[in-house]
Amino acid sequence: MVKTVFSIGLSTGENLVIKKNRLEGEGLQGKGRRVAIVSGIHGDELEGQYVCYEVIRRVKEKPEYLEGILDVYPALNPIGITVADRMIPKLEKDLNRMFPGSGQGAAFERAAAAIIQDLEGASLCIDVHASSRFVKEIPQVRICEEFADKLIPYARHMNVDMVWTNATETVHESTLAHSMNVKGVPTLVVEMGLGMRINRSYGKQVVDGIFSLLYEMGIWKKEPHGIQYPVLSTDGEVEFIRAECSGMFIPAIEHSHFVKRGDKIGEIITPIEGRTEKEIIAGKDGLVFTLREYPMVSKGALLARILTDIRPKRTREEE
Amino acid sequence: MFAEDIYTLSLPYREDMAIKGYRFGKGEQSACIVGPMRGNGVQQMYICAKLVKALKELEAKGCICSGKEIMVIPVVNSYSMNIGMRFFGVEAADISRQFPGREWGDTAERIAAAVFNRIKDYSFGIQLTSFHTAGDSVPHIRMIENGYQNASLANLFGLPFVVVRKPRPIDTKTLNYNWQNRKTAAFSLYTNSNEAVDEESAKQSEAAILRFLTRMGMIRYESHSGYISHVLTQEDLTDVNTMCGGIFRRKARVGHEVRYGDAMAEIIDPYKGNAKETILAPTDGIVFFAHSESLIAEGDVAYQLVHRLHE
Ligand SMILES: [Zn+2]
Repeated sequence: MVKTVFSIGLSTGENLVIKKNRLEGEGLQGKGRRVAIVSGIHGDELEGQYVCYEVIRRVKEKPEYLEGILDVYPALNPIGITVADRMIPKLEKDLNRMFPGSGQGAAFERAAAAIIQDLEGASLCIDVHASSRFVKEIPQVRICEEFADKLIPYARHMNVDMVWTNATETVHESTLAHSMNVKGVPTLVVEMGLGMRINRSYGKQVVDGIFSLLYEMGIWKKEPHGIQYPVLSTDGEVEFIRAECSGMFIPAIEHSHFVKRGDKIGEIITPIEGRTEKEIIAGKDGLVFTLREYPMVSKGALLARILTDIRPKRTREEE
Repeated sequence: MFAEDIYTLSLPYREDMAIKGYRFGKGEQSACIVGPMRGNGVQQMYICAKLVKALKELEAKGCICSGKEIMVIPVVNSYSMNIGMRFFGVEAADISRQFPGREWGDTAERIAAAVFNRIKDYSFGIQLTSFHTAGDSVPHIRMIENGYQNASLANLFGLPFVVVRKPRPIDTKTLNYNWQNRKTAAFSLYTNSNEAVDEESAKQSEAAILRFLTRMGMIRYESHSGYISHVLTQEDLTDVNTMCGGIFRRKARVGHEVRYGDAMAEIIDPYKGNAKETILAPTDGIVFFAHSESLIAEGDVAYQLVHRLHE
């Protein structure tokens, strides 16, 4: 059943409304264990749209398998999604830097507080992001070290390629995931694909992972097959490759491939001179899990990230 | 006056962006004044430009005190200023939230690192900051409370108010916070305009900075005594939020006093023209901040009032 989580008036004849769909196992009447899937905090990240759709579709197809409550929130920044804006339009603030919010504050402070309040008491929360418009990512779960011991056992079942601990040294404290983890609701952040795009196979992979995790938690009765375990970033080392000059980046490899030390990753060119400014060479063997998609770069722009020294992946069946 | 390029960034199909610093006097790194990092801080850039002019004239008259060096960076983000954008680059990074920066990080982090490395050793740091939310405020100095702040020094600007604020996680990435962490006495100066030049408040801000530099013994300048500042904390300010959205018809003006129950503004129904809400003052106080756009949404901060003054 679709419910309103939060609503507030805009200036001209419209409310900003945040909604969720509650799917409930037979006869639970709000009493079972609850898992929440949230997405669309960043309005230009749409991979979660397919994930939310596909999760709801599968539950509707086999409602008898559900033995708990599933709350799905596809659009926490609804107006951002309609204009492909990562931020909250007009305010130009990142909703994922506003948690836990405040019940008395300005509109989005209240929205953040209402979201937190609605999620409280859940057994698990999964926050689905996409990458930016600029770099493509393999399906991965990102967690911060503080909660790693608690979260890795969940993340292992998510059928992602990688679990990255301490992905970025951004301000973790004001994110939804951090607020929920502090409140004792284990919260996983999923990243995949590319901004402003939907990659159906990545989406399907993550949805399989969500049902696999729900099965492990006893909330979904159907046993999954072919689930893969992720590599852990802590098994290897993440190497960042950045542009050391400005220009256009032309990749020489496919995303999500293993490279050997000395392999060419791509080049930065100056079109008007017909000149290659710089060849980008891998410094170590590893998996290119991040690769730049948007060609224009200025000095410092992220071109690729390589996870070095990793073990090959195993599936559940092999283990 | 010496001009130096603090950082130069080359970009495809545009001329290099050079961050320029102007130095006055010779000696210890005494004061650094930094202009806007967002492309809408026109007023802030204008104030810095006026300071460069004033300091150049003072230097010519031998009025920079010996052994003191003052630096002004009128604008950090000319890239965005030229194209009417607020944030930097194709990835729309907010340079003002990248400090202390990383030399090997992304483009905006490198800019922040280059600026910060150049200016981190000044004894006094003054940043001309723009409001994130469109609105007018009483000119004031803002400091982050992190144990190193010194509100009594902030009084020397002679502006009506000094606000001392507790840091939020996101503040740890600001220039002010990082300056203070390295024992630079750091001040953020807020004026009542961003995009448009407001002559009166620009003059007041320029005078406040010159007054501060005079009182700290860096320049010789005939300044008026200014205000005796009231030091406020965030708790001394009351937000007045709207109950509905619509067209915002402002009555109460920044800097003016209101009494409990005074009508401060009306919200007009954008279809039918009637007043949907009259915003009443929830307390006696002085209007510190006022929303300046014509449209307003439910829950927005229409005003901030100073409801308490410490003597
Ligand atoms: Zn995101």
